[in-house]
Amino acid sequence: MAIYDTRRRHDKFYIGLCYASVAFGLGWLTIILATLLFEGFRGISPAVFMQMTPPPGSEGGLLNAITGSLIMTVLGVALGAPLGMLAGTYMAEYGRHSKLTIVVRFINDILLSAPSIVIGLFVYEVMVVKMGHFSALAGAVSLAVIVVPVVVRTTEDMLLLVPDTLREAASALGLPRAIVIGKVAYRAARAGLITGVLLAIARISGETAPLLFTALNNQFFSTNLNAPMASLPAVIFQFALSPYKEWQQLAWTGALLVTLAVLVLSITARVLQMGRPAK
Amino acid sequence: MANHLAIDNAGPEPAEALLAKALVGFKLRDNAFHLLTLAAAWTVLILLGGVIAALIEGSVPAIRAFGFNFLWTEGWNPVTEKFGAMAAVYGTIVTSIIAMTIAVPAGLGIAIFLTELCPYALRRPVGIAIELLAGIPSIIYGIWGLFVLAPFLQEHVQPGLISAFANVPVLSGLFAGPPYGIGVLTAGVILAIMVLPIVSSITRDVFETVPAVLKESAYAVGCTTWEVVRSVVIPYTRVGIIGGVMLGLGRALGETMAVTFVIGNAHRIAPSLLAPGTTISATIANEFTEAVGDLYTSALIELGLILFLITFTIIAMAQYMLLRLRRREGQ
Repeated sequence: MAIYDTRRRHDKFYIGLCYASVAFGLGWLTIILATLLFEGFRGISPAVFMQMTPPPGSEGGLLNAITGSLIMTVLGVALGAPLGMLAGTYMAEYGRHSKLTIVVRFINDILLSAPSIVIGLFVYEVMVVKMGHFSALAGAVSLAVIVVPVVVRTTEDMLLLVPDTLREAASALGLPRAIVIGKVAYRAARAGLITGVLLAIARISGETAPLLFTALNNQFFSTNLNAPMASLPAVIFQFALSPYKEWQQLAWTGALLVTLAVLVLSITARVLQMGRPAK
Repeated sequence: MANHLAIDNAGPEPAEALLAKALVGFKLRDNAFHLLTLAAAWTVLILLGGVIAALIEGSVPAIRAFGFNFLWTEGWNPVTEKFGAMAAVYGTIVTSIIAMTIAVPAGLGIAIFLTELCPYALRRPVGIAIELLAGIPSIIYGIWGLFVLAPFLQEHVQPGLISAFANVPVLSGLFAGPPYGIGVLTAGVILAIMVLPIVSSITRDVFETVPAVLKESAYAVGCTTWEVVRSVVIPYTRVGIIGGVMLGLGRALGETMAVTFVIGNAHRIAPSLLAPGTTISATIANEFTEAVGDLYTSALIELGLILFLITFTIIAMAQYMLLRLRRREGQ
C-alpha cells in the first residue's frame, strides 16, 4: 500500500506545481496590467493628446510622440507587409516544393526571433551612415525589416490552409496561376492574411530598440521623413529613466497607450482567426 | 446564305485573335507575378545576408584594433578607447541562465496544465492570457521592472536572500552586498517573465502532438497524471521541448529594453548576482547614440555581431530540432 501512497503523493505534488506555475504566469500578467492601468490612467488628460513633449520639470503631452509612432508604424507596415506577402505567396503557391522555400522558411524563422537591436544596427549601417543623419525613414525601414518575417510566416501558413480543391477548380476553368492566387487563394485566406498584418503591427508598435539609432528622437513636432522623429517607445525610454516626476508620469501614460494599442490589435487578430476552422 | 458564310468566316478570326491576345496577356501577367514573388522570397534571404554583412563591415575597425582579445577583455573604457566584450557577454549569459532556470519549469508546468489538467472551456482563455504576456512590448516590462519589481525585490526579497545564504559557502558569494534593487538578478527575473509565454506556448503545441492512444494506454494500466506526463508525454516530445526552450533562450539573450532599464549598466564582472552589471544589448542601447569616435561605435557594432552570432546559432539549432519533430509528426 505504501507504494500507492507515494505515487499518489508524487502526483499531488507535481500537479500542484503545475497549478502553481499557471498562477505564477497569470499573476505577473495581472500585476503588470494593473500597475499599468493605475499609473497610466492617472496621467490621462486631453493635454496628453494635444501638447508636445515638455522640457524637464514642466507639464506637457505626447502629441509628437504619438504622431511619430503612427507615421513610422504605417510606413513600416506599408513597406514590409507587401514584401512579406509576396514572399509568403511564393512559398505557398509557386515554390511549394522547391528547395528555395525550405531555405527561406528556415532563414525567415531566424529573422523572426533575431534580436531587434541588431536590426537597428543593420539599418544604422546601411541607411543612417550612408545618409549621414538619423531619419524617420530609417526608423520605418527598421520596423519594416521586423514586419517582413511576421507577415511571411502567417501568409504562408494561411495560404497552405486553403484547400487545393479550390485552386484546382479555378485552374480547371482555365484561369492562369496569378488569377487563381489573386481571386481564389487570397480571398479564401483573407481573414488570416489580415491577422498576420495586425500581429505585425502589434509587434512593431512597441518596438524601441531598433528606433533608438535610426529615428532617434525629437522633442518637437515633425512630419519630415528625412529628419529625426519622436516615437512613443523612445519617449518612454527617455522619460522613465529621468529623475523628473512629470516625465515619469508621461512615460507611464505612454506605456499605457502602447499596451492598449498592442492588446487591442492582438485580440482583434485572435477574434478574426477564431472564425476559421482550427488547423 | 452567302452573307451568313461571309460573316461566319470573318467572325472567328478577330475573336481568336482577341483570345490569343488575352492568353498572351495572362501568361505575361502570370510570369510577372511569379517573378515578383520569387524576388520577394530572395529578398528575405538577402535581408539576413545584409544584416550579417553590415555588422561585419561595421565592426572591422574594432576587429583590427583588438583582434580576438576583444572577447576576453573585461575593461570597457571609452576615454582611453580600450574595449572588451567580456563583461557584457558574461552579463548576457548569466541573466539568461537565471531567466531559463525560472521560466523552463514554470513554462512546462503551464503547458502540462493546458494539455492535461485544464477543463476544456478554460483552455482557450488561459492560453490566450499567457500569450498576451508574450505580446506586451519589452519597454513595458522595462518601465514596470524599474518602478515596481526592482524596489519590491530591493525591500522584500534581496535582504532575505542575503541573510538566508550568509553562511552558505558558494551562495553567500552569489547573494552578497547591498541590495541595490537593480542588478543582474532583477534583469534575470524580468527576462524569465518575458520568456515564460514562449516556452509554454511552444511546449504546449508540442505536447498536443502526443497521440492520445499512448496516453490512454498509460492511464489504462493505472498511471497517475504525473506519471503519464513524466514517462509518456515528456519522453515523446523531448526534442520539441528542447527546441522550445532554445527559442526562449534566443529571446532572452537578445532582449534589450527590459534589461536596459533594470541591469544598472556597469561594465564589470561582479561575483554577486545582486550587483549591477550589463548585457550586450543593454550596452548597445545605452551607449550607441552617445558613442563618439569610430572605434567606440565599431566596438559596439562588434558587440552586436557577437550577439547575433550567438542567437543565430541557438535559434538555428532550435528550428532544426522543431523541424525534425514536425517531420516525424508528418510521417
